[in-house]
Amino acid sequence: MSRRARLTLLWIGLAAFGVAMAIAFTGLPGFGGTFHPYRDLAVVATFAHATANGVSSINFDQRGFDTFGEETILFCAVVGVATLLRPVHRERRREVRSGGRVLESTSLLVYILFPLTLVLAADVVTHGAITPGGGFQGGVVLSTGIHLLYVGGRYTLLRRLRPLAWFEQGEALGVVLFGALGLAGAALGSALFANFVPQGQLSDFISAGTVPLFNIAVGMTVCSSVVILLAGFLDQALAIRSDPGTQGDPPDADSKEEAAA
Amino acid sequence: MSSGFLTNALIAVSLTLVLVGAAVVVFTRPPSKQAVVLSVYGILLSIFFVTLQAPDVALSQVAIGTAVVPLIVVLSIRKIASIRDEARSEREGEQS
Repeated sequence: MSRRARLTLLWIGLAAFGVAMAIAFTGLPGFGGTFHPYRDLAVVATFAHATANGVSSINFDQRGFDTFGEETILFCAVVGVATLLRPVHRERRREVRSGGRVLESTSLLVYILFPLTLVLAADVVTHGAITPGGGFQGGVVLSTGIHLLYVGGRYTLLRRLRPLAWFEQGEALGVVLFGALGLAGAALGSALFANFVPQGQLSDFISAGTVPLFNIAVGMTVCSSVVILLAGFLDQALAIRSDPGTQGDPPDADSKEEAAA
Repeated sequence: MSSGFLTNALIAVSLTLVLVGAAVVVFTRPPSKQAVVLSVYGILLSIFFVTLQAPDVALSQVAIGTAVVPLIVVLSIRKIASIRDEARSEREGEQS
């Protein structure tokens, strides 16, 4: 296709897109209006199951199956990235020296913030059903909190404090737990991902039935996913170097290694 | 209606900050600086979410957009720099 034809095609596409967007935007309800049919239905359902945090109720109670799909997407994406980032046979792992030059104020901040972040993450996960937050947010906070050790210049301590095998299993366990809770809803309740646990009093710590359990499952998966993801990137950036001896390998050496593997 | 006006003003101010921040991210050329600017932009965006009464989204944004994504970008830049260094030292080794 010539450049002129491609440009014409682009402009036709852009014009159609613009017209469609203009029609869509003129049909939107006004910003901050009072017409919210989805909210009216969702909030009633939220209070019916004694869940104080509407967002958590929607995510884990009202549309649990969608969230299961999202969690599976995250799981698969992290598995893919971990596969791409693993060291291949032309790379070697070198020893990473801990320390380097870290400002004293930075390490002081890390010492103060490290325990605070872990406590905050536990709080966000466990109170996911009653205050803003939940498994996803708490899991990410927990994993970033663990990586504060790297900011403080203690990569070796981070590696020791973060047994990757545990997190690999924790990630899978979270997904399995989520699915099992959904199946339990089908077995003990009315439908797949139904809220089959007694819901208790609105805004009590133990309330909202299955929502806190889902939060814990998601927290496990998300925290483990982010830890595995960052571990792959940290490993590539700090520890893995290409092996200079194997750069000019004859092609048959490659195939031999592949056959062995 | 003064509280409604205040809320609208707050939304307008934070939306303006988000737009300016997005422009700064786009027009920052060196990727290493862009990662830091992106992190600041993540904070602006999470403030915007708070003014729109979406604290759940703001929490996710602050953790992912301000901490994890810029860290991944910086680590990737570091890896690329180390690959370039190795290629250069190898070329020099061959010449000598």
